[in-house]
Amino acid sequence: MTSTRLADPSPALHDPASRGRFILGVMLFISIWEMGRLTEFDVNGLWGAVTDPAPRAFLLGFFPPAHSAEFLKLALLETWRTIAIASCGMFFAGLVGVPIALVLTRVLSLSALGNLENGSGWISERVRQFLRYVMIFLRSVPELIWALLLVRVVGLGPTAGVLAIAITYSGMLGKVYAEIFESVNREPTLALLNQGASRLQAFAFGLLPQCSDELISYTVYRWECAVRSSVVLGFVGAGGLGQQMDLSMKMFAGNEVCTLLILFVVLVAVADWTSQILRKVWG
Amino acid sequence: MNGRVIAILSLIALVICSFVSLDLKLFSFFEPDSFTSMVRFMSEFLHPDVQPAFLFKIAAASAETIAMSALSTLIAAFLGLLIAFKARGVRPLLNVLRAVPELVWASLLLIAVGLGPFAGTLALALHTSGVLGRLYLEAFENQDPGPAWALSASGASSTQIFFFASLPQALPQLVSYTLYRWENNIRAASALGVVGAGGLGQMLSFHLGLFQMNKAASVIAATLILVTVVDAFSDTIRRRLG
Repeated sequence: MTSTRLADPSPALHDPASRGRFILGVMLFISIWEMGRLTEFDVNGLWGAVTDPAPRAFLLGFFPPAHSAEFLKLALLETWRTIAIASCGMFFAGLVGVPIALVLTRVLSLSALGNLENGSGWISERVRQFLRYVMIFLRSVPELIWALLLVRVVGLGPTAGVLAIAITYSGMLGKVYAEIFESVNREPTLALLNQGASRLQAFAFGLLPQCSDELISYTVYRWECAVRSSVVLGFVGAGGLGQQMDLSMKMFAGNEVCTLLILFVVLVAVADWTSQILRKVWG
Repeated sequence: MNGRVIAILSLIALVICSFVSLDLKLFSFFEPDSFTSMVRFMSEFLHPDVQPAFLFKIAAASAETIAMSALSTLIAAFLGLLIAFKARGVRPLLNVLRAVPELVWASLLLIAVGLGPFAGTLALALHTSGVLGRLYLEAFENQDPGPAWALSASGASSTQIFFFASLPQALPQLVSYTLYRWENNIRAASALGVVGAGGLGQMLSFHLGLFQMNKAASVIAATLILVTVVDAFSDTIRRRLG
């Protein structure tokens, strides 16, 4: 009796999950292999990047960074333009985003007054739903693609960058502002509305004081993101630091690229630092 | 209170200076030239190209975009784990990797490895390993050190401690970070192609360059669908884990 049991593979050594794991492993291997093929993954190409003369010359050209007075002046001007594009874009984004957020906020709806549980009127609910979809569309298309489209319409230059940031960020601001408005205590606003205050009065005196810190902190954070993305937008011709970087790369001027990269990192650090200070002011 | 007044005034000054210095042509939309071209754009845009042959091409480019984002996220997750496990002294390097945006990495790598999805994948992997490396490090640093101490007290090696105490404890958080970055990367991967790094973006900039707005519209629609599907997918996984 015992001897036949011993002849069997010991149950302790038999892992019931081994088959599933094996299949999972094979599937993982095949999918990684397939992804490598799709992305034309090429380790030799990576090695060639260091040994081929052209890329090597480009990389070696990084040091010393370009530092002629003329180039530095140009680079600093482009850095300012990057900040300016981000700031103008944020201004327009707010101009569009704030009114939309106000419309989206159910607390301010007159038809919902008194019966918040049942929701507001059918038409205003449809309008809100429609606006929500518009917002989703605006922010789902990456700003780089907006910029690419706008460059064809308004031509090369900062206008396309400003509009691209304005479009994407108005979608984000509209959504997040509305969420912030909805998250605060409703009672003060409802009390004002019930006493016959207009909607704008109820907003300014009931809703806004409760969430102004959060609004400003989020806006400043978004401004910081806009500075980053306005650099990237330059690569499709929307002006600023990115456009200059693109030009220098196309001329294989490694030293200029190096200077611009340093300026970019400093710019991002300064934007980060500024937004931290501003957020501390509003604590 | 005083600080707030100064801050608001300087923000207003910043916006005014920006508008003054930029020379924006915001009303160029309404000039007859660009107005007619915009109307033509829009009318073509509303009739996207849905021929089967073209849709097939879009599917291939979408597969490329998915592969770019997934593979780069995997590489970055591996590098991030390696950094969190063995090389905690590389924080400054992580900051540099993270500070340079994907698109800038991509255009640098285009010079090194040539046009195509490979450059895009590497660019995404570099930027993402900076981000994930930092997130992983923080996850490991903030976890409860008790289990690691217990193993260490019973004589486990640092590798054993990592695999049997630190990693299992942090795993759900790591997976959730990684999925979040994958969502981000699929957006980035569909935009990276604009500089020639493969995927849907490359197709988009190609057709926009030829002013084929109907084809561009289909590509943008495909991008939107792809991003939405991946968002929903990773949201489901995260909810199941969470």
